[in-house]
Amino acid sequence: MAERKVTVMSEVGLHARPAATFVQTAVQAPFDVTVAKFGVPPVSAKSILSVLALDVRQGETIVISADADGADELLDRLAAIASAP
Amino acid sequence: MHTDRLAGVGVSPGAGYGPAHRLVRDIPEPHRAARHGGDAAAERRRAEQALERVAADLAARGDQAGGEARDVLAAQAMMARDPGLAAGVAELIDQGVSASRAVFDAFGKYRDLLAAAGGYLAGRVADLDDIRDRAVATLEGLPLPGLPADPLEPYVLVARDLAPADTALLDPALVVAFVTEEGGPTTHTAILARSMGVPAVVGCAGATAIPPGTRLLVDGSTGVVRLSPTEDEVARAVRAVAESSALLATVTGPGATADGHAVPLRANVGGPADIAPALAAGAEGVGLYRTEFLFLDREDPPTWEEQQDAYRAVFEAFPGAPVVVRVLDAGADKPLDFLPPPAPEPNPALGERGVRMFRHYPDVLAAQLEALARAAGGTSALVQVMAPMVATAEEAAWFTDACRTAGLPSAGVMIEVPAAALRAADLAAVTGFFSIGTNDLTQYTLAADREAGALAGLQDPWHPAVLDLVALAASAAAAAGRECGVCGEAAADPALACVFVGLGVTSLSMAAPALPRVRAALARHTLDECREAAAAARAADSAEAARAAARVELPALAELSL
Repeated sequence: MAERKVTVMSEVGLHARPAATFVQTAVQAPFDVTVAKFGVPPVSAKSILSVLALDVRQGETIVISADADGADELLDRLAAIASAP
Repeated sequence: MHTDRLAGVGVSPGAGYGPAHRLVRDIPEPHRAARHGGDAAAERRRAEQALERVAADLAARGDQAGGEARDVLAAQAMMARDPGLAAGVAELIDQGVSASRAVFDAFGKYRDLLAAAGGYLAGRVADLDDIRDRAVATLEGLPLPGLPADPLEPYVLVARDLAPADTALLDPALVVAFVTEEGGPTTHTAILARSMGVPAVVGCAGATAIPPGTRLLVDGSTGVVRLSPTEDEVARAVRAVAESSALLATVTGPGATADGHAVPLRANVGGPADIAPALAAGAEGVGLYRTEFLFLDREDPPTWEEQQDAYRAVFEAFPGAPVVVRVLDAGADKPLDFLPPPAPEPNPALGERGVRMFRHYPDVLAAQLEALARAAGGTSALVQVMAPMVATAEEAAWFTDACRTAGLPSAGVMIEVPAAALRAADLAAVTGFFSIGTNDLTQYTLAADREAGALAGLQDPWHPAVLDLVALAASAAAAAGRECGVCGEAAADPALACVFVGLGVTSLSMAAPALPRVRAALARHTLDECREAAAAARAADSAEAARAAARVELPALAELSL
């Protein structure tokens, strides 16, 4: 299981454009990718509705996980999107 | 339907002919207990296809619109293609639930989550509902909510009533007429239709029962809507419109009465896109530049840098001519996310709007004035700035101060509130000019909500009470040596335009398509005739009587078929 722990830096949180970019990137993966917020069960990173409903605000930390060969590169990209200001 | 004609109130003259398109906003909720026939796999496929069709349609409309709308619609398409949503729909269908109910309930789960989160996410609930309604409509074979994405020919838009949100994406080239079941002469539909130069009939009972696709001939002057007219009738209507516009086109040049009393005729514009029609119609400047378009559909107010190009584009189009800019008129029927009223408002039209909102958000006003001052700097346009919804001299003085601080010498106020008209002399002492907004002045004088169709009879700017207030404002302005224009859509009514001039109004501003009619009407009457028409209208005891009495004094209107 590979995972990345990142703090969301965008002013709008993981909503609006950052959320759309995040999900658009995740859906390209041929394997499952999840995203979790502390204290909340993980949701599919490919579901825009689930990602929005997580309601991740600026300054909050999320954990992005995947269990597959070659997941590292995708997780790095997702982490970069989530932590972009 | 057995009738072949319906009647309403004609609010935007001209004739329009085309198939009826019914604008639907509400899709009924699929029945709670709706089940499918037993073939779950086929039902799942139906649901998947409906959602994919909705997604593809949203994405295509986004590509067509481009810019910011593309991103917004692309995000909505992603929601329709959401794998979590699809899994929820499939699960319900496997339990026997019908596709449309399954879609409805699967969306419901996310809807509740977003609504509970509040803030930005709660604002996305409306997007989600729209996608859900589109999918349900597709599954149930109902007309899609919203405007037709790709009509085969220009159509007549039929609706219960139109809200600004319904018409934001409207393509003027594709709509030949509007017909609404509700609404009066000052509703959004009427204003929009006149600004687009599209014929419109409002308050038309039975309109929403017209079967989609029925061919309609709409007469925006008489208010008559003919269903499935003969070719002959259509040809005659088209010929009449052509003859009348040929006659009007012979009158050109600056606005003036027959005896040479100058009445500058200016255009109402809502953004740089309206410049070309205004210039083509011979507008002598801009009498009302509505700036709301810069502020709509945003999460934060625009900075002055973002605003100034839009201002400069209009200023540069009218070198040496007056351009009157109305600062943001937010609140009431134009709520903005970033300018929430400080407290819940049971009656937003009587709440925090216009200049009142700026008292709470002075930074937003300062940024707009800064942008206007900078944009004005490099041009020769005579830039004037005015505040909406001013009720008191104290508010007028506050706004004048704000403009002066920003380096804008010409500050004025709109006369829309009866108190401002009644005490116009007090306001004239602390402000540079007046511009009468007849739609709101009528709404507030008759205490009749502009959006309430059932009150259409009261929403008539011909009401002598409204004319009295116009006269008060105009004479107070004259006594103080100030200009007093009318920039409400009532100025687009050729007869009423003559009456306003007779009441002492010094300039008229209207949607560009209305300028030729008003120019022709003024050119055929003397100032004295206008004064007599005004006196006759004020002596009447109802709007209808005022209209009739004024027309007796304005004989040339009939010759112009106005």
